Amino acid sequence: MAKRSIVPFGPQHPVLPEPVHLDLVLEDEVVVDAVPSIGFVHRGLEKLVETKDFKEYVYIVERVCGICSFGHGLGYCQCLEQIMNVQVPPRAAYLRTIWMEMSRVHSHLLWLGLLADAMGFESLFMESWRLREKILDMFDATTGGRIIFSVNCIGGVLKDMDNGMLMRLSEVTQEIEQDLRPIADTFLWESTVRSRLHGLGILKKEDAILAGAVGPMLRASGVAYDARKLGYAAYNDLEFEPITSEEGDSYARCEVRIKEIFQSLSLIRQAISKIPNGPIQEPVKGNPNGEHFMRIEQPRGEAIYYVKASGGRFIDRFRLRTPTTSNIPPMVQMLKGCQLADVPLLVLTIDPCISCTER
Amino acid sequence: MEEWKFLPFAHTALKNLFSKPVTTSYPFAPAKYPERMRGHVEIDIESCISCGLCARNCPPGAITVDRAAGTWTIQRFDCVQCGNCTNVCPKKCLHIRPGYTEPDCQKHSETFTRPVKPAAPATKPAAPAAQPAAQPAQTPKSDPQ
Repeated sequence: MAKRSIVPFGPQHPVLPEPVHLDLVLEDEVVVDAVPSIGFVHRGLEKLVETKDFKEYVYIVERVCGICSFGHGLGYCQCLEQIMNVQVPPRAAYLRTIWMEMSRVHSHLLWLGLLADAMGFESLFMESWRLREKILDMFDATTGGRIIFSVNCIGGVLKDMDNGMLMRLSEVTQEIEQDLRPIADTFLWESTVRSRLHGLGILKKEDAILAGAVGPMLRASGVAYDARKLGYAAYNDLEFEPITSEEGDSYARCEVRIKEIFQSLSLIRQAISKIPNGPIQEPVKGNPNGEHFMRIEQPRGEAIYYVKASGGRFIDRFRLRTPTTSNIPPMVQMLKGCQLADVPLLVLTIDPCISCTER
Repeated sequence: MEEWKFLPFAHTALKNLFSKPVTTSYPFAPAKYPERMRGHVEIDIESCISCGLCARNCPPGAITVDRAAGTWTIQRFDCVQCGNCTNVCPKKCLHIRPGYTEPDCQKHSETFTRPVKPAAPATKPAAPAAQPAAQPAQTPKSDPQ
């Protein structure tokens, strides 16, 4: 048996935008085990729900993460709407869907840029982020914020989009789709990128299910599960099918995310064509009393929200399980047997968001 | 046979070589902000009634209202531009406007004082000279902390 050694990886590492630490057990250059540890950026945001008014907390839950911020606000608001029996107006549900899909496009483009950067393909990284900027500008124009949107409220949304804005958004999605094609071709067909990603970190379908993978990780292993199919917001009215791939390697995860960007762009246009007129907000009276549990599909995968309230201004318990929490066990499984030089890229392919995970 | 494409990035690379930069030359060219952009909070202090709802509903606790002195104070460096104060204001005298606040080496607050209202008219209208002069509408001052 070769001599074993332990190499620390992270929490500060050039490819990692956020802090996660791994103790890599190596035999020569091959990883035989990985022990993850988190807890470097814990902020106690779940606990804060006990001291902040439940309406005010919407602005705090959005700040759990800078990429999935819209989804966190949406999940929390939907839980409270269910507890308080508030029916969200259809226009607000459509607007939420549009913003949610824009978040997915911006998250996946960010990930593509980071992947290109991790491979050392700098110009591809710049190209991906140039496209992402268009979506961020649209967020700025429609919500008033590039990263933190503050448009969700209990009972609907705070800001409406007029027809001009919707038309502009539709045009922007077409522009992005056109510009994305050469970038997608590079990711999927360029020989250097393909040889870097093909057959790397294979996660079989059974393993993905057993380890509890979610989101693009799970779909890349051939499981057609997408929480959007549960039909929250306006997803019931939109036509789409979960995107899957069979290989379960890093290339498949990249492919699924790229196809999801195209799908999200078409979902935005579909929602714009179907959006009804009407109010955007339902007035909310009283305090919540009860509990609710719900799932939504964040760009990184399925996120779970749980709210328990007992009739006061403050909520008793708020629980948020983010996709990265579920994706860490499959990541550890993937790392076993890979080369040390492939570890940064493999960690990146789960699209880790450690701020989300630690809250 | 496996599908493949020949040099898929070459076209993009060549195009970028002969096109203008995507970025703007800020700060030499001014930044353009959309109308809805949440940059900073402004107050129309003349309409303020010092109810204190904005201070109570501010998530980071950046706003202080002193009803007796008629002042409205904001810690610019604590404000997260969520816009909650503008939503709850009953007089709609708070506005969130485009443009970021300037950076500084020290945290400081900005205080606005409500102008003193003229005394209630007596039964017989007094001469204009007898009425107290109103204070300036906005008197922002910086209090380094």
